[in-house]
Amino acid sequence: MSPSAAAERAAPLTDLLSIEDLDADQVNAILDTTELLLPIAQRERNSVPTLRGKVVCNLFLEDSTRTRISFDLAAKRMSAEVINFSAKGSSVSKGESFKDTALTLDAMGVDCVVVRSGSSGAPLQLSSYLDVPILNAGDGWHQHPTQALLDVFTMRRHLGDLAGRHVVLVGDILHSRVARSEVQALRLLGARVTMVAPPTLLPPAVEGWGVEVARELDAVLPEADVVYLLRVQRERMLGAFFPSSREYARVWGMDARRLSLCKPDVLIMHPGPMNRGVEITGDVADSEQAVITEQVTNGIAVRMACLYLLLAGGTAAGTDTEVGA
Amino acid sequence: MSPRARILSADDVARVCRRLAHELIEANHGAQDLVLLGIQTRGVPLARRLAGLIEDIEGTAVPHGALDVTLFRDDLGSRGPKPLHETSVPVDIDGRTVVLVDDVLYTGRTIRAALDAVSELGRPARIRLVVLVDRGHRELPVRADHVGKNLPTAYGDRIRVLVEDIDGEDGVVADEVAPDTAPDPAPDNDRQVRS
Repeated sequence: MSPSAAAERAAPLTDLLSIEDLDADQVNAILDTTELLLPIAQRERNSVPTLRGKVVCNLFLEDSTRTRISFDLAAKRMSAEVINFSAKGSSVSKGESFKDTALTLDAMGVDCVVVRSGSSGAPLQLSSYLDVPILNAGDGWHQHPTQALLDVFTMRRHLGDLAGRHVVLVGDILHSRVARSEVQALRLLGARVTMVAPPTLLPPAVEGWGVEVARELDAVLPEADVVYLLRVQRERMLGAFFPSSREYARVWGMDARRLSLCKPDVLIMHPGPMNRGVEITGDVADSEQAVITEQVTNGIAVRMACLYLLLAGGTAAGTDTEVGA
Repeated sequence: MSPRARILSADDVARVCRRLAHELIEANHGAQDLVLLGIQTRGVPLARRLAGLIEDIEGTAVPHGALDVTLFRDDLGSRGPKPLHETSVPVDIDGRTVVLVDDVLYTGRTIRAALDAVSELGRPARIRLVVLVDRGHRELPVRADHVGKNLPTAYGDRIRVLVEDIDGEDGVVADEVAPDTAPDPAPDNDRQVRS
Protein backbone atom coordinates (compact mmCIF):
# COMPACT_ATOMS: atom_id res chain seq x y z
CA MET A 1 0.00 0.00 0.00
CA SER A 2 1.36 3.39 -0.86
CA PRO A 3 1.02 6.09 1.73
CA SER A 4 -2.24 7.91 1.41
CA ALA A 5 -2.46 10.92 -0.82
CA ALA A 6 -3.77 12.73 2.25
CA ALA A 7 -0.61 11.90 4.22
CA GLU A 8 1.52 13.27 1.39
CA ARG A 9 -0.54 16.42 1.03
CA ALA A 10 -1.47 17.25 4.61
CA ALA A 11 0.01 20.30 6.26
CA PRO A 12 2.19 19.32 9.24
CA LEU A 13 0.59 19.32 12.67
CA THR A 14 2.01 21.65 15.29
CA ASP A 15 -0.53 21.04 18.06
CA LEU A 16 -3.73 19.04 18.37
CA LEU A 17 -6.07 21.34 20.24
CA SER A 18 -9.34 21.00 18.38
CA ILE A 19 -10.77 19.18 15.38
CA GLU A 20 -11.81 22.65 14.25
CA ASP A 21 -8.14 23.43 13.48
CA LEU A 22 -7.82 20.48 11.08
CA ASP A 23 -8.78 20.05 7.45
CA ALA A 24 -9.92 16.82 5.81
CA ASP A 25 -6.40 15.98 4.58
CA GLN A 26 -4.99 16.26 8.08
CA VAL A 27 -7.75 14.09 9.54
CA ASN A 28 -7.25 11.49 6.82
CA ALA A 29 -3.47 11.61 7.31
CA ILE A 30 -3.98 10.81 11.01
CA LEU A 31 -6.41 8.00 10.20
CA ASP A 32 -4.15 6.49 7.52
CA THR A 33 -1.14 6.65 9.86
CA THR A 34 -3.26 4.96 12.54
CA GLU A 35 -4.11 2.16 10.14
CA LEU A 36 -0.40 1.46 9.64
CA LEU A 37 0.41 1.65 13.36
CA LEU A 38 -2.45 -0.57 14.50
CA PRO A 39 -0.67 -3.88 13.72
CA ILE A 40 2.24 -2.93 15.99
CA ALA A 41 0.03 -3.22 19.04
CA GLN A 42 -0.99 -6.73 18.02
CA ARG A 43 2.55 -8.04 17.67
CA GLU A 44 4.39 -9.93 20.35
CA ARG A 45 6.98 -7.16 20.54
CA ASN A 46 4.63 -4.25 20.46
CA SER A 47 6.86 -1.23 20.38
CA VAL A 48 8.92 0.71 17.87
CA PRO A 49 11.93 2.91 18.69
CA THR A 50 10.66 5.92 16.77
CA LEU A 51 10.30 8.41 19.63
CA ARG A 52 13.20 7.19 21.74
CA GLY A 53 14.60 10.06 23.80
CA LYS A 54 11.43 12.16 23.55
CA VAL A 55 9.67 13.06 26.78
CA VAL A 56 5.88 13.21 26.80
CA CYS A 57 4.23 14.80 29.82
CA ASN A 58 0.70 13.72 30.67
CA LEU A 59 -0.66 16.78 32.47
CA PHE A 60 -3.98 15.62 33.90
CA LEU A 61 -5.71 18.36 35.82
CA GLU A 62 -9.01 16.48 35.78
CA ASP A 63 -9.55 12.86 36.76
CA SER A 64 -9.25 10.40 33.94
CA THR A 65 -8.12 6.84 33.98
CA ARG A 66 -8.77 5.43 30.55
CA THR A 67 -7.58 8.38 28.50
CA ARG A 68 -4.42 8.75 30.57
CA ILE A 69 -3.64 5.04 30.34
CA SER A 70 -4.29 5.11 26.61
CA PHE A 71 -1.90 8.04 26.07
CA ASP A 72 0.59 6.40 28.40
CA LEU A 73 0.56 3.15 26.39
CA ALA A 74 0.66 4.99 23.08
CA ALA A 75 3.76 6.94 24.09
CA LYS A 76 5.45 3.82 25.46
CA ARG A 77 4.77 1.83 22.28
CA MET A 78 6.55 4.60 20.38
CA SER A 79 9.40 4.38 22.96
CA ALA A 80 8.91 7.88 24.33
CA GLU A 81 9.48 8.51 28.01
CA VAL A 82 6.33 9.41 29.91
CA ILE A 83 5.94 11.68 32.90
CA ASN A 84 2.57 11.62 34.59
CA PHE A 85 1.62 14.85 36.25
CA SER A 86 -1.78 14.95 37.88
CA ALA A 87 -3.42 17.68 39.89
CA LYS A 88 -3.74 15.58 43.01
CA GLY A 89 -0.61 15.44 45.08
CA SER A 90 1.25 17.86 42.84
CA SER A 91 2.22 21.47 43.04
CA VAL A 92 -1.15 22.36 41.53
CA SER A 93 -2.87 21.26 44.72
CA LYS A 94 -0.46 23.55 46.56
CA GLY A 95 -1.80 26.48 44.60
CA GLU A 96 0.70 26.80 41.76
CA SER A 97 -0.80 28.67 38.84
CA PHE A 98 -1.39 27.01 35.50
CA LYS A 99 1.18 29.27 33.91
CA ASP A 100 3.85 28.41 36.46
CA THR A 101 3.14 24.71 36.03
CA ALA A 102 3.59 25.17 32.28
CA LEU A 103 6.82 27.10 32.66
CA THR A 104 8.15 24.45 35.04
CA LEU A 105 7.47 21.71 32.50
CA ASP A 106 9.14 23.82 29.84
CA ALA A 107 12.20 24.32 32.01
CA MET A 108 12.41 20.57 32.54
CA GLY A 109 12.61 20.12 28.79
CA VAL A 110 9.56 18.05 27.93
CA ASP A 111 8.99 17.51 24.20
CA CYS A 112 5.20 17.34 24.22
CA VAL A 113 2.40 17.96 26.72
CA VAL A 114 -0.80 15.93 26.72
CA VAL A 115 -3.27 17.99 28.72
CA ARG A 116 -6.63 17.12 30.24
CA SER A 117 -8.47 19.88 32.03
CA GLY A 118 -11.92 20.66 33.31
CA SER A 119 -11.56 24.17 31.91
CA SER A 120 -12.47 24.73 28.29
CA GLY A 121 -9.55 26.38 26.52
CA ALA A 122 -6.80 25.26 28.91
CA PRO A 123 -4.83 23.49 26.13
CA LEU A 124 -4.98 26.59 23.96
CA GLN A 125 -3.74 28.67 26.85
CA LEU A 126 -0.95 26.18 27.47
CA SER A 127 0.10 26.38 23.83
CA SER A 128 0.59 30.11 24.26
CA TYR A 129 3.08 29.47 27.08
CA LEU A 130 5.00 26.62 25.47
CA ASP A 131 6.61 26.03 22.10
CA VAL A 132 6.38 22.24 22.27
CA PRO A 133 3.39 20.43 20.71
CA ILE A 134 0.28 20.42 22.90
CA LEU A 135 -2.17 17.57 22.62
CA ASN A 136 -5.65 18.14 23.98
CA ALA A 137 -6.86 15.11 25.93
CA GLY A 138 -10.20 16.75 26.71
CA ASP A 139 -10.97 20.23 27.97
CA GLY A 140 -14.19 21.07 29.76
CA TRP A 141 -17.20 21.09 27.46
CA HIS A 142 -15.05 22.12 24.54
CA GLN A 143 -13.12 19.40 22.67
CA HIS A 144 -11.78 15.86 22.91
CA PRO A 145 -10.09 15.51 19.54
CA THR A 146 -8.40 12.12 19.98
CA GLN A 147 -11.72 10.58 21.05
CA ALA A 148 -13.37 11.86 17.87
CA LEU A 149 -10.45 10.60 15.78
CA LEU A 150 -10.57 7.12 17.28
CA ASP A 151 -14.32 7.05 16.75
CA VAL A 152 -14.18 8.02 13.08
CA PHE A 153 -11.27 5.60 12.66
CA THR A 154 -13.41 2.79 14.11
CA MET A 155 -16.34 3.77 11.86
CA ARG A 156 -14.10 3.92 8.80
CA ARG A 157 -12.72 0.44 9.48
CA HIS A 158 -16.25 -0.98 9.39
CA LEU A 159 -17.95 1.26 6.86
CA GLY A 160 -15.16 2.44 4.57
CA ASP A 161 -15.55 5.99 3.29
CA LEU A 162 -17.82 7.89 5.67
CA ALA A 163 -19.16 10.29 3.05
CA GLY A 164 -22.95 10.09 3.08
CA ARG A 165 -23.02 7.71 6.07
CA HIS A 166 -25.55 8.52 8.74
CA VAL A 167 -24.43 8.83 12.34
CA VAL A 168 -27.01 9.29 15.10
CA LEU A 169 -25.64 10.95 18.24
CA VAL A 170 -27.79 10.33 21.28
CA GLY A 171 -27.73 11.93 24.69
CA ASP A 172 -26.08 14.68 26.62
CA ILE A 173 -24.77 16.86 23.85
CA LEU A 174 -24.77 20.05 25.90
CA HIS A 175 -22.02 18.95 28.28
CA SER A 176 -20.17 16.79 25.81
CA ARG A 177 -16.76 17.72 24.48
CA VAL A 178 -16.87 14.41 22.64
CA ALA A 179 -19.95 15.52 20.72
CA ARG A 180 -18.36 18.79 19.63
CA SER A 181 -15.23 17.10 18.29
CA GLU A 182 -17.23 14.21 16.88
CA VAL A 183 -19.57 16.38 14.84
CA GLN A 184 -16.70 18.40 13.38
CA ALA A 185 -14.73 15.29 12.43
CA LEU A 186 -17.75 13.61 10.87
CA ARG A 187 -18.66 16.68 8.88
CA LEU A 188 -15.08 17.01 7.59
CA LEU A 189 -15.39 13.45 6.29
CA GLY A 190 -18.77 14.13 4.72
CA ALA A 191 -20.98 12.10 7.07
CA ARG A 192 -24.53 13.08 7.93
CA VAL A 193 -25.19 13.62 11.63
CA THR A 194 -28.49 13.54 13.48
CA MET A 195 -28.67 14.48 17.13
CA VAL A 196 -31.28 13.07 19.43
CA ALA A 197 -31.39 14.49 22.93
CA PRO A 198 -33.68 15.78 25.61
CA PRO A 199 -34.30 19.47 24.76
CA THR A 200 -32.57 20.42 28.01
CA LEU A 201 -29.37 18.68 26.89
CA LEU A 202 -29.13 20.23 23.43
CA PRO A 203 -26.65 23.09 23.18
CA PRO A 204 -27.98 26.54 22.37
CA ALA A 205 -27.58 27.55 18.71
CA VAL A 206 -27.35 23.91 17.64
CA GLU A 207 -28.54 25.03 14.19
CA GLY A 208 -25.01 26.33 13.59
CA TRP A 209 -23.53 22.86 13.98
CA GLY A 210 -24.71 21.72 10.57
CA VAL A 211 -26.57 18.71 11.93
CA GLU A 212 -30.14 17.50 11.95
CA VAL A 213 -32.00 17.34 15.24
CA ALA A 214 -34.64 14.70 15.88
CA ARG A 215 -37.08 14.34 18.74
CA GLU A 216 -37.87 10.66 18.46
CA LEU A 217 -35.07 8.13 18.72
CA ASP A 218 -37.22 5.33 17.29
CA ALA A 219 -37.90 7.31 14.12
CA VAL A 220 -34.24 7.78 13.13
CA LEU A 221 -32.87 4.36 14.07
CA PRO A 222 -33.88 2.47 10.89
CA GLU A 223 -31.66 4.63 8.69
CA ALA A 224 -28.66 4.90 11.02
CA ASP A 225 -25.29 3.41 10.06
CA VAL A 226 -23.92 4.27 13.49
CA VAL A 227 -25.71 4.88 16.78
CA TYR A 228 -23.36 6.77 19.08
CA LEU A 229 -24.50 6.94 22.68
CA LEU A 230 -23.04 9.70 24.80
CA ARG A 231 -22.50 9.17 28.46
CA VAL A 232 -24.92 10.77 30.85
CA GLN A 233 -22.45 12.93 32.71
CA ARG A 234 -23.87 13.09 36.16
CA GLU A 235 -20.83 14.98 37.42
CA ARG A 236 -21.52 17.85 35.03
CA MET A 237 -25.24 17.99 35.73
CA LEU A 238 -25.56 20.80 38.18
CA GLY A 239 -29.29 21.21 37.61
CA ALA A 240 -32.09 18.80 36.86
CA PHE A 241 -31.94 18.13 33.14
CA PHE A 242 -34.26 15.13 33.12
CA PRO A 243 -36.52 13.60 35.76
CA SER A 244 -34.61 10.40 36.54
CA SER A 245 -32.21 7.81 35.19
CA ARG A 246 -35.13 5.46 34.62
CA GLU A 247 -36.98 8.11 32.66
CA TYR A 248 -33.84 8.79 30.60
CA ALA A 249 -33.37 5.10 29.86
CA ARG A 250 -36.97 4.75 28.74
CA VAL A 251 -36.97 7.72 26.36
CA TRP A 252 -33.33 8.01 25.21
CA GLY A 253 -31.63 4.76 26.19
CA MET A 254 -30.57 2.06 23.73
CA ASP A 255 -32.15 -1.28 24.54
CA ALA A 256 -32.81 -4.55 22.73
CA ARG A 257 -36.12 -3.34 21.30
CA ARG A 258 -34.49 -0.26 19.80
CA LEU A 259 -31.57 -2.33 18.50
CA SER A 260 -34.12 -4.44 16.60
CA LEU A 261 -35.31 -1.29 14.81
CA CYS A 262 -31.80 -0.69 13.42
CA LYS A 263 -30.14 -2.13 10.34
CA PRO A 264 -28.67 -5.54 11.20
CA ASP A 265 -25.10 -4.27 10.65
CA VAL A 266 -25.49 -1.00 12.56
CA LEU A 267 -22.53 0.02 14.74
CA ILE A 268 -23.24 0.76 18.38
CA MET A 269 -20.61 3.04 19.87
CA HIS A 270 -19.98 4.68 23.21
CA PRO A 271 -16.99 6.74 24.38
CA GLY A 272 -17.02 5.11 27.83
CA PRO A 273 -17.24 4.79 30.67
CA MET A 274 -20.76 3.42 30.22
CA ASN A 275 -23.66 3.78 32.60
CA ARG A 276 -25.22 0.41 31.90
CA GLY A 277 -28.95 0.62 32.30
CA VAL A 278 -29.05 4.36 31.64
CA GLU A 279 -27.93 5.31 28.12
CA ILE A 280 -27.30 1.71 27.08
CA THR A 281 -28.55 -1.61 28.40
CA GLY A 282 -26.16 -4.42 29.17
CA ASP A 283 -27.41 -6.67 26.37
CA VAL A 284 -26.87 -3.93 23.77
CA ALA A 285 -23.42 -3.11 25.14
CA ASP A 286 -22.49 -6.79 24.80
CA SER A 287 -24.20 -7.29 21.44
CA GLU A 288 -22.41 -8.13 18.20
CA GLN A 289 -23.14 -4.66 16.86
CA ALA A 290 -21.31 -2.96 19.73
CA VAL A 291 -17.72 -1.98 18.92
CA ILE A 292 -17.08 -0.28 22.23
CA THR A 293 -14.02 -2.32 23.24
CA GLU A 294 -12.64 -1.96 19.72
CA GLN A 295 -12.86 1.81 20.18
CA VAL A 296 -10.59 1.47 23.20
CA THR A 297 -8.03 -0.61 21.29
CA ASN A 298 -8.09 1.78 18.34
CA GLY A 299 -7.64 4.69 20.72
CA ILE A 300 -4.08 3.63 21.50
CA ALA A 301 -3.18 3.46 17.80
CA VAL A 302 -4.78 6.85 17.09
CA ARG A 303 -2.75 8.41 19.90
CA MET A 304 0.41 6.73 18.60
CA ALA A 305 -0.31 8.31 15.22
CA CYS A 306 -0.86 11.75 16.74
CA LEU A 307 2.37 11.51 18.73
CA TYR A 308 4.22 10.35 15.62
CA LEU A 309 2.92 13.20 13.49
CA LEU A 310 3.54 15.80 16.20
CA LEU A 311 6.91 14.59 17.43
CA ALA A 312 8.77 12.56 14.82
CA GLY A 313 9.68 15.65 12.87
CA GLY A 314 11.72 17.19 15.64
CA THR A 315 11.97 20.87 14.95
CA ALA A 316 10.73 22.31 11.69
CA ALA A 317 13.91 21.46 9.81
CA GLY A 318 12.25 21.61 6.44
CA THR A 319 15.49 22.13 4.57
CA ASP A 320 16.91 18.69 5.19
CA THR A 321 14.96 16.71 2.68
CA GLU A 322 17.67 14.23 1.84
CA VAL A 323 15.71 11.06 1.73
CA GLY A 324 16.80 7.52 2.26
CA ALA A 325 15.64 4.64 0.16
CA MET B 1 28.57 10.37 -16.51
CA SER B 2 26.41 12.63 -18.60
CA PRO B 3 23.30 14.08 -17.00
CA ARG B 4 20.59 11.41 -16.96
CA ALA B 5 22.75 8.62 -18.21
CA ARG B 6 20.89 5.34 -18.51
CA ILE B 7 22.88 2.76 -16.61
CA LEU B 8 20.58 -0.21 -17.14
CA SER B 9 17.79 -0.64 -19.66
CA ALA B 10 14.60 -2.55 -18.94
CA ASP B 11 16.14 -5.62 -20.62
CA ASP B 12 19.30 -5.25 -18.54
CA VAL B 13 17.19 -5.14 -15.38
CA ALA B 14 15.37 -8.29 -16.47
CA ARG B 15 18.69 -10.11 -16.98
CA VAL B 16 20.06 -8.89 -13.68
CA CYS B 17 16.92 -10.04 -11.86
CA ARG B 18 17.17 -13.51 -13.42
CA ARG B 19 20.77 -13.79 -12.30
CA LEU B 20 19.91 -12.60 -8.78
CA ALA B 21 17.13 -15.20 -8.59
CA HIS B 22 19.57 -17.94 -9.58
CA GLU B 23 22.15 -16.69 -7.10
CA LEU B 24 19.61 -16.73 -4.30
CA ILE B 25 18.55 -20.27 -5.09
CA GLU B 26 22.17 -21.40 -5.31
CA ALA B 27 23.17 -19.78 -2.02
CA ASN B 28 20.09 -21.19 -0.29
CA HIS B 29 20.36 -24.65 -1.90
CA GLY B 30 16.84 -24.28 -3.21
CA ALA B 31 13.85 -22.12 -2.45
CA GLN B 32 12.79 -23.72 0.81
CA ASP B 33 12.26 -21.48 3.86
CA LEU B 34 12.91 -18.28 1.90
CA VAL B 35 10.89 -15.14 2.63
CA LEU B 36 11.55 -12.12 0.43
CA LEU B 37 10.86 -8.76 2.07
CA GLY B 38 11.03 -5.70 -0.15
CA ILE B 39 11.96 -2.45 1.55
CA GLN B 40 9.43 0.29 0.83
CA THR B 41 8.98 1.57 -1.70
CA ARG B 42 10.90 0.27 -4.74
CA GLY B 43 12.18 -2.83 -3.00
CA VAL B 44 8.63 -4.14 -2.84
CA PRO B 45 8.02 -4.70 -6.57
CA LEU B 46 11.58 -6.01 -6.87
CA ALA B 47 10.94 -8.60 -4.16
CA ARG B 48 7.71 -9.62 -5.89
CA ARG B 49 9.56 -9.97 -9.16
CA LEU B 50 12.38 -12.06 -7.66
CA ALA B 51 9.86 -14.29 -5.89
CA GLY B 52 8.12 -14.89 -9.21
CA LEU B 53 11.40 -15.74 -10.94
CA ILE B 54 12.43 -18.15 -8.17
CA GLU B 55 9.06 -19.86 -8.43
CA ASP B 56 9.49 -20.21 -12.19
CA ILE B 57 12.89 -21.83 -11.72
CA GLU B 58 12.24 -24.03 -8.71
CA GLY B 59 8.52 -24.61 -8.97
CA THR B 60 8.03 -23.61 -5.34
CA ALA B 61 6.00 -20.58 -4.30
CA VAL B 62 8.14 -18.13 -2.34
CA PRO B 63 6.36 -15.89 0.19
CA HIS B 64 7.12 -12.23 -0.28
CA GLY B 65 6.08 -9.07 1.50
CA ALA B 66 6.82 -5.45 2.23
CA LEU B 67 8.84 -3.84 5.00
CA ASP B 68 8.52 -0.17 5.97
CA VAL B 69 11.53 0.98 7.97
CA THR B 70 10.40 4.57 8.59
CA LEU B 71 9.67 3.99 12.29
CA PHE B 72 13.16 2.51 12.76
CA ARG B 73 15.24 5.18 11.04
CA ASP B 74 17.79 7.11 13.09
CA ASP B 75 17.45 10.28 11.04
CA LEU B 76 13.75 11.03 11.56
CA GLY B 77 14.47 13.92 13.85
CA SER B 78 16.14 15.88 11.10
CA ARG B 79 13.13 15.89 8.81
CA GLY B 80 9.38 16.06 9.12
CA PRO B 81 7.41 12.94 9.94
CA LYS B 82 7.37 10.92 6.73
CA PRO B 83 4.18 9.24 5.63
CA LEU B 84 4.27 5.62 6.70
CA HIS B 85 3.97 2.70 4.32
CA GLU B 86 2.54 -0.71 4.92
CA THR B 87 4.52 -3.54 6.43
CA SER B 88 3.05 -6.84 5.36
CA VAL B 89 4.74 -10.10 6.10
CA PRO B 90 2.82 -13.09 4.77
CA VAL B 91 4.31 -15.78 7.00
CA ASP B 92 5.88 -16.26 10.40
CA ILE B 93 9.56 -15.48 9.81
CA ASP B 94 10.87 -17.43 12.81
CA GLY B 95 13.51 -19.91 11.68
CA ARG B 96 13.29 -18.89 8.02
CA THR B 97 15.78 -17.16 5.75
CA VAL B 98 14.65 -13.58 5.32
CA VAL B 99 15.96 -11.92 2.17
CA LEU B 100 15.82 -8.15 2.32
CA VAL B 101 15.40 -6.62 -1.13
CA ASP B 102 16.17 -2.99 -1.86
CA ASP B 103 16.75 -0.97 -4.98
CA VAL B 104 19.92 0.97 -4.10
CA LEU B 105 22.49 0.37 -1.38
CA TYR B 106 24.16 3.64 -0.39
CA THR B 107 24.93 4.72 3.19
CA GLY B 108 23.62 1.51 4.75
CA ARG B 109 21.33 3.35 7.16
CA THR B 110 18.18 1.98 5.60
CA ILE B 111 19.49 -1.55 6.03
CA ARG B 112 20.38 -0.93 9.67
CA ALA B 113 16.80 0.23 10.21
CA ALA B 114 15.52 -2.80 8.28
CA LEU B 115 17.47 -5.19 10.54
CA ASP B 116 15.78 -3.60 13.56
CA ALA B 117 12.40 -3.79 11.87
CA VAL B 118 12.84 -7.48 11.07
CA SER B 119 13.91 -8.33 14.60
CA GLU B 120 10.65 -6.78 15.86
CA LEU B 121 8.75 -9.19 13.64
CA GLY B 122 10.44 -12.37 14.78
CA ARG B 123 13.68 -14.30 14.84
CA PRO B 124 14.71 -15.52 11.43
CA ALA B 125 17.44 -18.15 11.11
CA ARG B 126 19.38 -15.74 8.92
CA ILE B 127 18.95 -12.47 7.07
CA ARG B 128 20.37 -11.86 3.60
CA LEU B 129 20.50 -8.70 1.54
CA VAL B 130 19.90 -8.32 -2.19
CA VAL B 131 20.17 -4.96 -3.95
CA LEU B 132 19.78 -4.00 -7.56
CA VAL B 133 22.48 -1.31 -7.40
CA ASP B 134 25.34 -0.85 -4.95
CA ARG B 135 26.61 2.70 -5.33
CA GLY B 136 29.14 2.76 -2.50
CA HIS B 137 29.62 5.52 0.13
CA ARG B 138 28.74 3.33 3.07
CA GLU B 139 28.46 5.02 6.46
CA LEU B 140 27.89 1.74 8.32
CA PRO B 141 29.52 -1.70 8.05
CA VAL B 142 26.86 -3.16 5.77
CA ARG B 143 27.45 -5.41 2.78
CA ALA B 144 25.00 -6.94 0.34
CA ASP B 145 25.07 -10.69 -0.30
CA HIS B 146 23.90 -10.34 -3.88
CA VAL B 147 24.34 -7.23 -6.01
CA GLY B 148 22.76 -6.56 -9.38
CA LYS B 149 25.21 -3.89 -10.43
CA ASN B 150 28.14 -2.26 -8.68
CA LEU B 151 28.12 1.38 -9.65
CA PRO B 152 30.95 3.67 -8.56
CA THR B 153 29.44 7.10 -7.99
CA ALA B 154 30.37 10.51 -6.69
CA TYR B 155 28.73 11.51 -3.44
CA GLY B 156 26.39 14.04 -5.02
CA ASP B 157 25.27 11.81 -7.90
CA ARG B 158 21.66 10.84 -8.03
CA ILE B 159 21.03 7.23 -8.91
CA ARG B 160 17.45 6.29 -9.51
CA VAL B 161 16.01 2.85 -9.98
CA LEU B 162 12.80 2.87 -11.97
CA VAL B 163 10.31 0.06 -11.58
CA GLU B 164 7.36 -0.51 -13.81
CA ASP B 165 4.73 -0.67 -11.03
CA ILE B 166 5.67 2.77 -9.72
CA ASP B 167 7.45 4.60 -12.53
CA GLY B 168 5.89 3.01 -15.61
CA GLU B 169 9.21 1.56 -16.81
CA ASP B 170 12.13 -0.50 -15.57
CA GLY B 171 15.67 0.83 -15.58
CA VAL B 172 18.46 2.53 -13.70
CA VAL B 173 19.38 6.12 -14.48
CA ALA B 174 21.94 8.55 -13.11
CA ASP B 175 21.38 12.27 -12.87
CA GLU B 176 24.82 13.71 -12.40
CA VAL B 177 25.01 16.83 -10.28
CA ALA B 178 28.24 18.79 -10.50
CA PRO B 179 29.32 19.81 -6.98
CA ASP B 180 29.44 23.55 -7.71
CA THR B 181 26.08 23.66 -9.46
CA ALA B 182 24.26 21.29 -7.16
CA PRO B 183 20.74 22.61 -6.68
CA ASP B 184 19.18 22.78 -3.26
CA PRO B 185 17.46 19.55 -2.43
CA ALA B 186 13.99 19.54 -3.89
CA PRO B 187 11.19 19.15 -1.35
CA ASP B 188 10.07 15.90 -2.91
CA ASN B 189 13.06 13.87 -3.88
CA ASP B 190 11.96 10.57 -2.51
CA ARG B 191 13.30 9.04 -5.65
CA GLN B 192 16.73 10.32 -5.03
CA VAL B 193 18.01 7.21 -3.50
CA ARG B 194 20.33 7.26 -0.59
CA SER B 195 20.40 3.83 0.84
